[in-house]
Amino acid sequence: MSTAIDDHVSQRIRQDIDAHDVVLYMKGTPVFPQCGFSATVVQVLSLLGVKFKGVNVLDDPEVREGVKRFSEWPTIPQLYVKGEFVGGCDIIREMYEAGELEELFTTRGVARQPAD
Amino acid sequence: MAVAETIKRKLTAALAPARLDIADESARHAGHAGARPEGESHFRVAIVSSRFEGLPRLARQRLVYDILADELKSDIHALALQTRTPAEDTP
Repeated sequence: MSTAIDDHVSQRIRQDIDAHDVVLYMKGTPVFPQCGFSATVVQVLSLLGVKFKGVNVLDDPEVREGVKRFSEWPTIPQLYVKGEFVGGCDIIREMYEAGELEELFTTRGVARQPAD
Repeated sequence: MAVAETIKRKLTAALAPARLDIADESARHAGHAGARPEGESHFRVAIVSSRFEGLPRLARQRLVYDILADELKSDIHALALQTRTPAEDTP
C-alpha cells in the first residue's frame, strides 16, 4: 500500500492550507488556467479582491490525486479557506451569486482588496 | 451502456428527482485533455429532488458524487452540478 506516500502528500496539503488563508487547487495557474472550471473560480476570487495561493495539480500528479482523497471530493478545482474545504466550481459560483462567499471571507477575516 | 443513460438511471433510482436534466457537453471539449474520442466525458446535470432538503451545498454534491462514484473514476471527466429542492426550483 502507498500509505507512506499518502501521508506525505496529506502533510504537504495540510501545510499549504495552514500557511495560506486561501488556497485553490486548480488546473493551470491563476494567470493561465487550463480548465474552464478552474478559470471560473479564479475569476470569482479576483472579483472579490481575494489573494490566494494557486496550486497547479497538472504539475504534480501526486497532489492531483492526493487532494481528491484529502478532501474526499473527486474533482478539481477545490477551494480552501482558513484550512477548511469550501467546495468546487459549482458551489463557489452559487455562493458568490448569493453573496455568501463574500460573507464567508468577511467572517473568517480574510483580507480583500476589491478593484477600484 | 451509454454514460448519460447510466447517470440518468442511477440518479433516478437514488434521488427520485422531480426534474433531471442531463446535457452532454463533450463536443465543446473535443481534443481537450480528458475528452474521450467517443464523447460522453463532460456533463452538465441539474437535479431537483426533495432528498436535498436540509442539506448544505457540499452535502448535496457529495451525495451525487457518491451515487456516481464509479463513473467519476472512469468515464466522466467533468461534471457540472446544480442541486435544488423542489421549493428552490421556482423560476
